[in-house]
Amino acid sequence: MSKREKQAIGQQILTAFRAAGAEEVAPDLLLPAETLLDLYGEDIRARAYVTQDPIRGEMMLRPDFTVPVVQMHMENGAEPARYCYLGEVFRKQDHGERQPDHPRDNEYLQAGFELFARDPDADAEVFALFHDILSPLKLQASMGDMDLLMDAVRALPLSGARRAALLHHIWRPKRFARQLARFAAPPAPRNFAETPAIWTGMRSQAEMQARIDRLQADAGELPLAPQWVERLERLFSIEAPAPQALAELRQLASEIPDIHEAVDRLERNLANLARRGIDVDAVHFDASHGRHTMEYYDGMTFSFAAPGRLDWPPVASGGRYDALAAVLGQAQGRSIPAVGGIIRPGLVYELGGLA
Amino acid sequence: MIRLGVPSKGRLMEQTFDWFAERGVRLSRAGSEREYAGRVEGAENVSLVLLSAGEIPRELRAGRIHLGVTGTDLIREKLAGWRSHVEELAPMGFGHADLILAVPACWSDCDDLDDLATIARDFRAEHGFRLRIATKYHRLVRAWLSDHEVADYQLVDSQGATEGTVANLTAEAIADITSSGETLRANHLKIIGADPILKSQATLLRSIAAGDEAAVRDFATRLGL
Repeated sequence: MSKREKQAIGQQILTAFRAAGAEEVAPDLLLPAETLLDLYGEDIRARAYVTQDPIRGEMMLRPDFTVPVVQMHMENGAEPARYCYLGEVFRKQDHGERQPDHPRDNEYLQAGFELFARDPDADAEVFALFHDILSPLKLQASMGDMDLLMDAVRALPLSGARRAALLHHIWRPKRFARQLARFAAPPAPRNFAETPAIWTGMRSQAEMQARIDRLQADAGELPLAPQWVERLERLFSIEAPAPQALAELRQLASEIPDIHEAVDRLERNLANLARRGIDVDAVHFDASHGRHTMEYYDGMTFSFAAPGRLDWPPVASGGRYDALAAVLGQAQGRSIPAVGGIIRPGLVYELGGLA
Repeated sequence: MIRLGVPSKGRLMEQTFDWFAERGVRLSRAGSEREYAGRVEGAENVSLVLLSAGEIPRELRAGRIHLGVTGTDLIREKLAGWRSHVEELAPMGFGHADLILAVPACWSDCDDLDDLATIARDFRAEHGFRLRIATKYHRLVRAWLSDHEVADYQLVDSQGATEGTVANLTAEAIADITSSGETLRANHLKIIGADPILKSQATLLRSIAAGDEAAVRDFATRLGL
């Protein structure tokens, strides 16, 4: 019974997405595994159902809609474009040592909206759309901005190699912190002893030499001054109602001038949201919000969570993923900024529905 | 009747028989070497089921055997949420093996997971695909690398001769069980990291689904557990 009701809620959300100008699309359930694996890595293999097809090779039961929707757009989409969809996604729930009392669903509905546009107001448009649809549920809205964090990392007085390493690991907090600590300390020289072992495997001697050269050059780098580490830590831990967070960021921008642009953008976004009738004081800004999400978000991120349901995933989540869209558009030589998100109709149902 | 599942061949079977013999219970194969039926002397109401070691986790989970002997590696790899399905009664002190991660010994720039994480990132940029780690312990290796926040790799399945995959250019690194490390050295590989992914040994396990807990515990007491 509840399945039909969840479907009905999904249709309700879809109607709202269509009213916002979106064209409904229906991607396949079976997707080629290779693209997804290349983009998401092993994490997705742990969570997605993989199956073997004698002709098409390794296939995945749709773990999310973003990739097929972006691919569809890159193949034949006009600009700007708004798409919406409703359908099942499939996720394995591999628990650790003990089986949870209430395991999460392995298949559940997602209703989503994706906007491909060069319009700077796209962030606000998507956030406001989700906010309006979900407003009867009184959810806690949270927001973050990965680009803000990345601009701050790019601003560090570090060599290109060190900066690239930090940016690469920004989604992996422990590894990022360890690397930052290492860059802030005097270099520990390493010996790369020649081994008598014969060369084996695909990685070439030249590749190893390139890395050793890089490490040796790195040993000559000056340690990162402690105030930079401290500033970065301060930035990453900003967490407050959005207007207050904005004020804190403004202050911090006097010490990290390179984040001015991202802070201006946040200010514009918040003003835009306020103009659309959203109480921005009730929006929680967490600078590190995007570090806990999928690795592909590289701008604004958002989520809407049910208060008191700590064991639930967010009822809705999304964000900006320009880099992912660029990677997927490579074959067509296309690139367009993209922002979107999903709502879980099943959780909306658990909360009593939208009406 | 308590059903006791024991590996059906090789050293693991012999050592299991010895372990029980030391505790006053004589296990043996009934009839010929080729027959997978067993005999139990020195305990009533216990029957011996000879099984492939790899099937014992599944049989324990299903509750078709009350007790089983198998490696901790197989339990943790094959049973998601294993603590909900089995109870470890006793480590048995044999069948020691470590699940380790190994890379080519010629990689003099690779000592630990931090090195591997960077090498994986470089490798992906250079070759256009993720560094491949050959293993049959998919869940354990993935969970461990995820805990250590290593990205940019992929697992490739290898059910045997895993150490050979690097020289055959079907993997850049391997994760496998090793006891002495000789096969690794023969294939020009070295272990990285200070600690193994898992230290495994033969273990006596109780199935939760099989029930008859009082009778099983009585038997465990007789074994001195």
